[in-house]
Amino acid sequence: MSFILFAEQVLNGLQFGVMLFLMSAGLTLVFGVMGLINLAHGSLFMIGAFAAAAVAGLTGSFVLALMAALAAAAAAGALVEVLVIRRLYDRDHLDQVLATFALILIFSEGTRWIFGSFPLFLNIPDYLSGPVTLPGGIQYPLYRLTLIGIGLAVAVGLFLLISRTRLGIQIRAGESDREMIAALGVDISKLYTIVFALGAALAGLAGALVGAIQSVQVGMGEPVLILAFVVIVIGGIGSIKGALIGSILVGLTDTLGGLFMPALFALFMDNSSAATAGSALASMLIYILMAVVLIVKPSGLFGARA
Amino acid sequence: MKLKTLALVASFMALPIAAFSEPVKVGIITTLSGGGAGLGIDVRDGFMLAVKQSGNTDIEVVIEDDQRKPDIAVQLADKMIQSEKVDVMTGIIWSNLAMAVIPSAVAQDKIYLSPNAGPSALAGRGCHPNYFNVAWQNDNLHEAAGAYTNSAGFQNTFILAPNYPAGQDALTGFKRQYQGELAGEIFTKLGQTDYAAEIAQIRASGADSVFFFLPGGMGISFLKQYADSGVDLPVVGPAFSFDQGILQAVGQAAIGVKNTSQWNKDIDNPTNAAFVETFQAEYGRLPSLYASQGFDTANLLLSAMAKADISDRNAFRAALKEADFHSTRGDFEFGNNNHPVQNIYVREVIKEGDVYTNKIIGVALENHVDAYAADCQM
Repeated sequence: MSFILFAEQVLNGLQFGVMLFLMSAGLTLVFGVMGLINLAHGSLFMIGAFAAAAVAGLTGSFVLALMAALAAAAAAGALVEVLVIRRLYDRDHLDQVLATFALILIFSEGTRWIFGSFPLFLNIPDYLSGPVTLPGGIQYPLYRLTLIGIGLAVAVGLFLLISRTRLGIQIRAGESDREMIAALGVDISKLYTIVFALGAALAGLAGALVGAIQSVQVGMGEPVLILAFVVIVIGGIGSIKGALIGSILVGLTDTLGGLFMPALFALFMDNSSAATAGSALASMLIYILMAVVLIVKPSGLFGARA
Repeated sequence: MKLKTLALVASFMALPIAAFSEPVKVGIITTLSGGGAGLGIDVRDGFMLAVKQSGNTDIEVVIEDDQRKPDIAVQLADKMIQSEKVDVMTGIIWSNLAMAVIPSAVAQDKIYLSPNAGPSALAGRGCHPNYFNVAWQNDNLHEAAGAYTNSAGFQNTFILAPNYPAGQDALTGFKRQYQGELAGEIFTKLGQTDYAAEIAQIRASGADSVFFFLPGGMGISFLKQYADSGVDLPVVGPAFSFDQGILQAVGQAAIGVKNTSQWNKDIDNPTNAAFVETFQAEYGRLPSLYASQGFDTANLLLSAMAKADISDRNAFRAALKEADFHSTRGDFEFGNNNHPVQNIYVREVIKEGDVYTNKIIGVALENHVDAYAADCQM
């Protein structure tokens, strides 16, 4: 195994990880602050991607497309919070799962109505396309490097928001004692809407960024949602730091597992069955990782409470 | 009492009339939502177009969406067989769903006409008189891709496909014809959307070409990422990786790519020309190979209905086997295992005006019989 291949796979894992982070950051905030399980988070990812594809198709500008994705997902998030989610805070988790699952179906069918069943076209802008050569002779797509950059920048921004601003103080207070901050005069329902819209905007941003290298289609959010749940379980519910570390762990495990497992099996099997067995085990690795984390630390790596 | 007698008489009188016209009830289970929806919609539209053009009112169609989930497909099949009482079933796109539904449906004396999936397990020892494949055996287009790769002079190919029955058939089929070395062999997850890890392995492998089978949205993701990665090895694939629905989303990156197919819109025969024209007029888009398969499936069924009665299964099966219909592929003929014996062409992706599409540039395999036909005892 060459160094270049390994380095490229580490970058791939990192890129996958930071995109997962954009998804799981919102999910973990909503779960941590409001105690709400939001299955419809994947739909907000999809809305971001479709909004970006539609605006890019109309204007041809990728930056405008990204802004549209942020705005559309945040607006959809705020709307859903006010109309539906707000009624679910006091209900148990099963009701929340049912209601947000219904939202998935509504969003998916609604998107199909508007855009049809065929995948949409969202391309990488010219100035970000093609590979660049990194030190050590590694060729890596510029767009994926940009994704890593954007993801890490958002992580830093979120960290500052949570630790340095008034809103961050309220969010942290909301996580540890909801009733008390309401009693102290913070408008809790406004706070909830803001947190929900913030999480939605991040999911929409992830959808638009990822949509440019994948296909923009109905149902694209659900596979990512499952991984995002794995991430917040590993990282600890409600912890942004946990979401970041968890995302990168999951990203690296998934990518490097896909590389090493077949190679490992090839030591004692023929090539074709090693490829089959290796990829089967590789796709299980992140769940094995989650199980190990839960055994060692039942509340997740950075979880405050179980 | 009088009323009861009257009802009895009425129903006796009704019976022969019903038996006289004997409508055929068709159940279509296909993928109409989620990532693979484009394929199912094309098959359905092609099928319904043929039914509409025939003007035949003795055919009743029930359509359901399997969401590409085997468990849902099985539930829908049970419902169609037990409560809808269909005679003929068709529509399934994905081989893992086909394996979950077809063996039990044909065992319950339903006729199954596959418009797409052709898993190897149903072509060889598992063949069945009630099962007809109107598209191809899964390996076929990949075998043709292997043959093309030889003739193009590639010696060291990297191959990849999703890990499900059709993906395994794909790589098996490719290797059956391909004579060079393998630079690498990867099975990806079904429905995978990010191929950065695989592309990195291709880059590091020292291959001189890439063969991949990634139908639907998977192919779009792969090709876009491949084009952006700076790996410039030539790619070869089956038509599934470059069908009409995918090409528009891939765009420029696909131009010049060679792929293998049993059908293309420029196959020169009157049926095909009329099909391409009417499909475009009806649905406002170019037909894909999936649409042609749906169209052929319906025409095969209609040809059998004209010759035999569905209640006489033996006669109906014989009528299907004759395949006396005008196919979009030209001549159409079933082999001993009820799978087509057909030409497989090499196509090249081109741009016609603003639309990306395929053009036939040669024949990869002529009158090709699938590799499992000999194992079929029927």
